[in-house]
Amino acid sequence: MTAIAETPAPPEASALPRRRRRGRRWTGWLFVGPFIAVFALVFLAPIAYSVYLSVFRTQMVGGTKFVGLENYSRALQDAQFWDGLGRVSLFLVVQVPIMLGIALLVALAIDSGRLWGRSFFRVAVFMPYAVPAVVATLMWGFMYGTRFGLVANLNDAFGIDLPDPLSPGLVLASIGNIVTWEFVGYNMLIFYAALRVVPHSLYEAAAIDGAGEWRVITAIKLPAIRGALVVALIFSIIGSYQLFNEPTILQSLAPNAITTAFTPNLYAYSLSFSGQQYNYSATVAIIMGLVTMVVAYAVQLRGMRKEQ
Amino acid sequence: MSTRPRRALAGTAVAGLLALGLTACGGAEDQGPVDTASALEEGGEITVWAWEPTLEAVVADFEAKYPNVTVNLENVGTGNDQYTALQNAISAGDGVPDVAQIEYYAVPQFAISESLADLGPLGASDLEGTFSTGPWDSVHSGEGLYGLPMDSGPMALFYNQEVFDRLGVAVPTTWDEYLAAARAIHAADPNAYIANDIGDAGFATSMIWQAGGRPYQVDGTDVGVDFTDEGTKAFTAMWQQLIDEELLAPVGSWSDEWYQGLGSGTIASLTIGAWMPANLESGVPQGSGAWRVAEMPQWEAGAHATSENGGSSLAVPAASANSALAYAFTEYATTGEGAQTRVDGGAFPATTEQLESADFRGKEFEYFGGQKVNEILADSAANVVEGWQYLPFQVYANSVFNDTVGQAYVSGTTLDEGLAAWQEQCITYGSDQGFTMG
Amino acid sequence: MTTSTKQRLPRLRAQHRSLTRPRRSPLLTALTLIVLVYSLAPLVWLFINATKTQADLFDSFGLWFGGDFALWDNIQQTLAYDDGVFGRWFANTVLYVVAGAGGATFLAVLGGYALAKFDFPGRRGVFALVIGAVAVPGTALAVPTFLMFSQMGLTNTPWAVIIPSLISPFGLYLMWVFAAESIPAELLEAARMDGAGEFRTFFQISLPLLAPGTVTVLLFTTVATWNNYFLPLIMLRDADWYPLTLGLNAWNAQASTAGGEAIFNLVITGSLLTILPLLAAFLLLQRYWQSGLTLGSVKE
Repeated sequence: MTAIAETPAPPEASALPRRRRRGRRWTGWLFVGPFIAVFALVFLAPIAYSVYLSVFRTQMVGGTKFVGLENYSRALQDAQFWDGLGRVSLFLVVQVPIMLGIALLVALAIDSGRLWGRSFFRVAVFMPYAVPAVVATLMWGFMYGTRFGLVANLNDAFGIDLPDPLSPGLVLASIGNIVTWEFVGYNMLIFYAALRVVPHSLYEAAAIDGAGEWRVITAIKLPAIRGALVVALIFSIIGSYQLFNEPTILQSLAPNAITTAFTPNLYAYSLSFSGQQYNYSATVAIIMGLVTMVVAYAVQLRGMRKEQ
Repeated sequence: MSTRPRRALAGTAVAGLLALGLTACGGAEDQGPVDTASALEEGGEITVWAWEPTLEAVVADFEAKYPNVTVNLENVGTGNDQYTALQNAISAGDGVPDVAQIEYYAVPQFAISESLADLGPLGASDLEGTFSTGPWDSVHSGEGLYGLPMDSGPMALFYNQEVFDRLGVAVPTTWDEYLAAARAIHAADPNAYIANDIGDAGFATSMIWQAGGRPYQVDGTDVGVDFTDEGTKAFTAMWQQLIDEELLAPVGSWSDEWYQGLGSGTIASLTIGAWMPANLESGVPQGSGAWRVAEMPQWEAGAHATSENGGSSLAVPAASANSALAYAFTEYATTGEGAQTRVDGGAFPATTEQLESADFRGKEFEYFGGQKVNEILADSAANVVEGWQYLPFQVYANSVFNDTVGQAYVSGTTLDEGLAAWQEQCITYGSDQGFTMG
Repeated sequence: MTTSTKQRLPRLRAQHRSLTRPRRSPLLTALTLIVLVYSLAPLVWLFINATKTQADLFDSFGLWFGGDFALWDNIQQTLAYDDGVFGRWFANTVLYVVAGAGGATFLAVLGGYALAKFDFPGRRGVFALVIGAVAVPGTALAVPTFLMFSQMGLTNTPWAVIIPSLISPFGLYLMWVFAAESIPAELLEAARMDGAGEFRTFFQISLPLLAPGTVTVLLFTTVATWNNYFLPLIMLRDADWYPLTLGLNAWNAQASTAGGEAIFNLVITGSLLTILPLLAAFLLLQRYWQSGLTLGSVKE
């Protein structure tokens, strides 16, 4: 995991003063300490508590007993868990590249200076990020309506027969659409900000060499914002594996297509909140945390290898 | 009144973590006999968690009548959201309210974990006969009495008279006629449906209840689940045809599409609890004058069998520090003056006194074209088929209804297969939780 | 360093313009326009529907105006409903944002600065730890967190919402990168030579240089806090402490409560009123962004 800490960061060795007095060794902690203290309270402590919970089993009738790793072996054989994991993995490999691809293209387009009204684009594309997931899903839920919603209106207006976006076959794609809508602007802004700090001397050199625009993008811009790309990717991986808000809210409209184990996170939530199986819920959450870290780490390694 | 089982926007939230609560709660037993009159005299402060809107007036009256008592009425969320908060508070042993609104289907779940005080010793056992049978049975669990019925939801057929007239279809009195009417309506107007349904645990169990099915057999921690009895079969055989022939609008209840369909007449009727009139009045103003109420369709012509759909009780959590006062408020709010105040506010009562009063039965509803709706609804309350039981983990069971039975609405699975899967999942869960499943 | 940068600025800007401002492309603009329409269409829907009465909401075409233009009326109703509770929720939300997002930004700035500018034991582990912890689904941690907070007597108080909002992993990352880029090591070394304390150096020299990045992080944390939903749902039970998102959800839930009043028009208008301040804030902060990014862009 230390690799993750390293790559996204810019080269910094030179920024660190080499000669230090002994006392200063710990000075950094004074600055990072407050963050870590709060972080320990709201993340680490509940996680530790969950790990503790995961080795017990509590029954409505019979009480609590220590079961060791039984919950873990149960999870590994739980078809509902694996279905959910498969579903978010599919979501990850399809939705994330689309979202980040669009975000990157828009960022490059705005950065290229070839657009009319680029500051308007920048603001407008970012706007959906400001919409709470509750409201966003309410809006899309309306538009997805095949009886009285926008899809129905379109069907009527053009005499066509669009498939139901909330049917079991399409609902994952429909959720992907909402997530894409919400976060394209957010990622675009991160890429754009990274592009703006690319040293212009590089462009000047490229111009002197007579490099075309495409070449400038592939040879200069993309490598320069690799850190931002990797971090956006890692946060998107975490977001995909934790997919929860959108399916939960859409569930009231499509309860048959979005089951209680639709995503692992939704499953952990249902186990804990509807089923009182909070020991097992904690177990599922911890396994998902591990899976997410492993995947993020793999992406990280790959990102580094390309760089060399 | 209360909600029927439905999904809040927040999702399938729900009543978790009873186990943690086991250690946190005490019992009302050790407090000895209680004198509510002196508790009221002495006064004090209690907190009430409820989402029922008519309670505001009740609280105001109560405080005026007993000046030493302060009641903090808090709306902590509807249904499942509130159960989550309640369960969390019980688990934490902190911030538990003195009185909580709990829907009938969730009562056994809170009762079996000993999270609720037995109200019998507090005086509730004297109230036998005060409430109609369905709700009164629902607040009993094992030997205990865990709440007082606040409202009830005896089922009836709410229908849009204008749509039936326009399409020349007669209002059904039996389920056979209902099936025929469903076909006639959809044939006459392809956009119109007799009802909407995408799979709803509360509705399905109420339908099975009316048909005489008794899928849940609960005796303490011995629990039986069996969806193959005659009553269940009668329901699935009929409803399966509606699904197969696509005669039900694929719209979830309580969604904006649903309100839209009710307003535009594309959803022509609802078989639903007696608390529905207030919702139609506020949510479907366009339907004013068009809607009527009829007795729930019957399985045998001439019969008068109904069932309950939704409805809730007021219960006193075991952790309440002032259960005497809490009980005094609960009794006030659910009987006599309090019940009358709530009826005046538009609630549908569970008390026989209100259900049988001439004022109540004779009230003409402008929304329903002057029809004396309460006559039909009150009769329905008297005709609820006895002997129904919910699971001691019905909140969980309902949460996985759409995972299993719901598949019948979107795939080749049948209702019977769906119910079998539901049964299996409930049995697995029950066993996991330490119940003896038979 | 700062002065020399300022002196070089105009010259570089001129070069920059000639090199990176090629002719505008209608094709590229048109393609980007598709993304723009995609981004704005649902917002247009929200605006149009906020102008409708409850009846029109159900009767008229979703992407066009209904019979009556009821926007002002809806806004009035939204603000007045239930004794003006919307105003209370709005004030709560502002409180959570000021304390939560403000605090989160401050902690992120401090932490990012430390990661970028100090070599301390465990430095490498900090971000790995943060990423690792964030990877565990928060929904499953809600109940343990609730129980802990309950022990500390924090549930049903503003602290239950504010404290968890103080952590912004992405903010920490952004500040780390930004601090590494924008604060020259020589400057810090010079300050230390002069005998300035670390905190004085931070507040007087580093913080001003970090301003543009700080604004960026503040923007992200503000959005996150403004839209916070799940945790307040678990932590709060008194509607007087609800943020807007919970309040709107409660209003929406009324439609599914027997005896409750369906107020979809107020939910929609309330949603519009909820996102407007954020959009406004974003537009205002845009100017700071601009300057911050331009400053960054000339760095070599």
